[in-house]
Amino acid sequence: MWMFLASDCMFFGALIATYMIYRGRSEAMGAGPYPSELIDIPYTSVSAFVLLMSSLTMVLALAGLQRGDLRASRLWIFATAALGTIFLGGQYFEFTEFYHEGLGLTTNMFGTTFFTLTGFHGLHVTIGVVWLLTLLFVSLRGGLKKDDSLDLEIAGLYWHFVDIVWIVIFTLVYLIPYDDMASESEPHASRVVGLAQSMLNGLF
Amino acid sequence: MSYVSMNVKDAPHGEDDEAHEHPSERQYIKIAILLSVITFVEVAIYYIDALASILVPALIVLSASKFIFVVSYFMHLKFDDKRLAWIFAAGMILALGIFVSTWALMHYHQIVDYVDRML
Repeated sequence: MWMFLASDCMFFGALIATYMIYRGRSEAMGAGPYPSELIDIPYTSVSAFVLLMSSLTMVLALAGLQRGDLRASRLWIFATAALGTIFLGGQYFEFTEFYHEGLGLTTNMFGTTFFTLTGFHGLHVTIGVVWLLTLLFVSLRGGLKKDDSLDLEIAGLYWHFVDIVWIVIFTLVYLIPYDDMASESEPHASRVVGLAQSMLNGLF
Repeated sequence: MSYVSMNVKDAPHGEDDEAHEHPSERQYIKIAILLSVITFVEVAIYYIDALASILVPALIVLSASKFIFVVSYFMHLKFDDKRLAWIFAAGMILALGIFVSTWALMHYHQIVDYVDRML
């Protein structure tokens, strides 16, 4: 599994490198819409938080299985898959919003590199959710016990990897400001209040 | 954990005990809280104009710290066989190499111009 993760590092390394190299090129070529017009930091922050917490539920699932608590293990596996599904729902909503704003896969360099990078990450999350639901099904059929914790641990390593990739994407794609970001005229105070409200709405 | 870490019989002398040390559930929760706080700080400093000059390095440091916490504690790399850490680090280093190579390829003419000026 570690060998696979190392190779996947290179895969995402290539996608992230491509994104960063073409970052800002759409603005230079005058082909909008641009990232600063589309990216919603509060919304994506909630998605990032959801995926981060799914890593916690994943380790709790493994810890439960390793101490022989099958009920806790199943509960946390389900919670992890549910949080992954929420993340995917958020990504689907974001993609739909971007598309309605006029950004397609071939609209500009931002569209191409953004959809490719985050789309492949979403594909990884989808595989992880299917993997977890399969393990949950196996567990409910009595096929995942304390002695089989290796099966869950391998799935867990994959899941955490997906999480760390998002940690990098969240910073490089969303948080590091784009050149035309400074043109935002919204006062800081209202933006901070909006952020807090969005995070609370996302959580509850 | 130990099976993914290594087979105990294959473990270098003195490392097999270390491979069994893993955080407790309470520690996992503490780390998750810490990760949440770092994420909140990342988003908060994005909105603070006074920090604009150090925003990018600060974001990279915070992001790297989250990355290291997840890999070390949730993926147990801190507690597992060091060979696994090297395998993963090799992937990371190669990924960085891909990044630098791609950048150099895309900026080939600028690099050549710069070298010409230097010479």
